[in-house]
Amino acid sequence: MSVAIVGVGQTPFRRSCGSSIRELCFEAFRDTLTDIDLVPKGIDASIICSAPEYDKQRSPAGLISEYLGLNPQPTFYAESICSSSSTGVKVGYSFIKSKLHDVVAVIGFQKMSEISSAEVQERMGRGADIQWESPFGTMMPAGYAMFARAHMQTYGTSEEQLARVKVKSSKYSFLNPLAMYRRVVTLEECLKARVIANPLKMFDCCANADGASCVILASEEKARKITDTPIWVAGIGAASDTLSTTARTNLTGLTCAVEAGRQAYRMARIKPEDVDVAEVHDCFTIAEIMACENLGFCKPGEGGKLVEDSQTYIGGKIPVNVDGGLLSKGHPIGATGGSQIRTIVLQLQGQAGKTQVDGAEIGLVHNIGGIGLYGNVTILRR
Amino acid sequence: MSFSSFGKIGYVSETKVEDFVRFLEKGKIMATKCRRCGKLYFPPRADCPDDLSSDVTWQELSGHCKLLTFTTVYFAPTGFQDDLPYSLALVQCEEGVKVFAPFSKDVDEGKVHIGMNLRLAPKKLPNRRITYELKQT
Ligand SMILES: [Zn+2]
Repeated sequence: MSVAIVGVGQTPFRRSCGSSIRELCFEAFRDTLTDIDLVPKGIDASIICSAPEYDKQRSPAGLISEYLGLNPQPTFYAESICSSSSTGVKVGYSFIKSKLHDVVAVIGFQKMSEISSAEVQERMGRGADIQWESPFGTMMPAGYAMFARAHMQTYGTSEEQLARVKVKSSKYSFLNPLAMYRRVVTLEECLKARVIANPLKMFDCCANADGASCVILASEEKARKITDTPIWVAGIGAASDTLSTTARTNLTGLTCAVEAGRQAYRMARIKPEDVDVAEVHDCFTIAEIMACENLGFCKPGEGGKLVEDSQTYIGGKIPVNVDGGLLSKGHPIGATGGSQIRTIVLQLQGQAGKTQVDGAEIGLVHNIGGIGLYGNVTILRR
Repeated sequence: MSFSSFGKIGYVSETKVEDFVRFLEKGKIMATKCRRCGKLYFPPRADCPDDLSSDVTWQELSGHCKLLTFTTVYFAPTGFQDDLPYSLALVQCEEGVKVFAPFSKDVDEGKVHIGMNLRLAPKKLPNRRITYELKQT
């Protein structure tokens, strides 16, 4: 039995959304149900996803499922930081495959503005190993900056190549009405921007956002009744790596992404070159370059050249993040994976508007939690 | 001295490897070694996952190490703002283990390059806190 995605939706990604987390989720949920033949009562289970350190509400699954009218069906909470909603999709897939449930809604959200910037700053300091690394004052940009530095040293990747990733993403977010940044950024601006963690500068880093996303999965039989354009989950992979930087063996790529990709490709029985359009986790520019290499879109070390040669633009070898990515669309932690899946589903349905990749049949989503801590790869097929 | 005095800001107060801090006070940076399989661990661990043994012993690191990668940060989490900018690095010790540590302020940023030799050394901080840092050889 195949499992399909029958509906996707999301809110706009904004710096400050002006609504509560329940309302944010409702907006994404309603957007998803609008175009398909399904009502809340037809959903057998819900999986709510977020990064709890940004939530004020304890155990948000209860609150969200109530507000969406999803009681008394079971509700679950899934967390893997920035890849929480991809984890939710994997759990939902397993529920359907095991015949426990037929229709599962995965709702990811994050209201980054829920807590003060001082509180955010404090939580950021605890993202690393709190016993052996946080006592030195490290946080996400520092971690990715160390990968960037090693990548530049090993492969000759340049700061200009990093900047080109942002230039591309801004071009596409300009075309995405739901994106947070709608301005095209130039290479010069990127290179002149203030330094965050050497060699990463302001435009090399994604921005926090408020937002919610929704993905509804269904069994083959139910899917045909809910929509005329189901998109099939062809492959799904997940892996983990060490939280400690000291235990990592690879400093120029994310091993968890390689492993998750290997699983997903094998299950989908496809090769990297069969992918028509991809969404990868570009929380930092270096992350997109490493993702292209880790997923086999190019050889290790050639990710910088891939973007420099415009091969990741529409019309290139493999269009990547043509919705603006995390860098320009914004990154509401728990909602990000669902938003990436939404982009690929719309591409495969031929509904991507100005950023449609012609004839896209196979799409891939790469969603990472932490600094290569949790790797998730999902392959979808028309 | 308990483990909560380790680093600029401590988040962990109780650990089976708190002797690490007492050794640090005496100028020694210690790793742990599993007595059963011989594997060396840094940061020190009380338990070996390879054979589920908790029979570990302390072993001193020479401090000789090579730079693997580094960054200088201009934004910091709560409690570290006063130190900005500061540098963090990952090094490989001659014993084989890797260490994540800050650079000492006396390291000349302009001369830092991957592959250079560095020395890992204990460092006393104000308010009776203690840490380790990377110094020029
Ligand atoms: Zn052992």
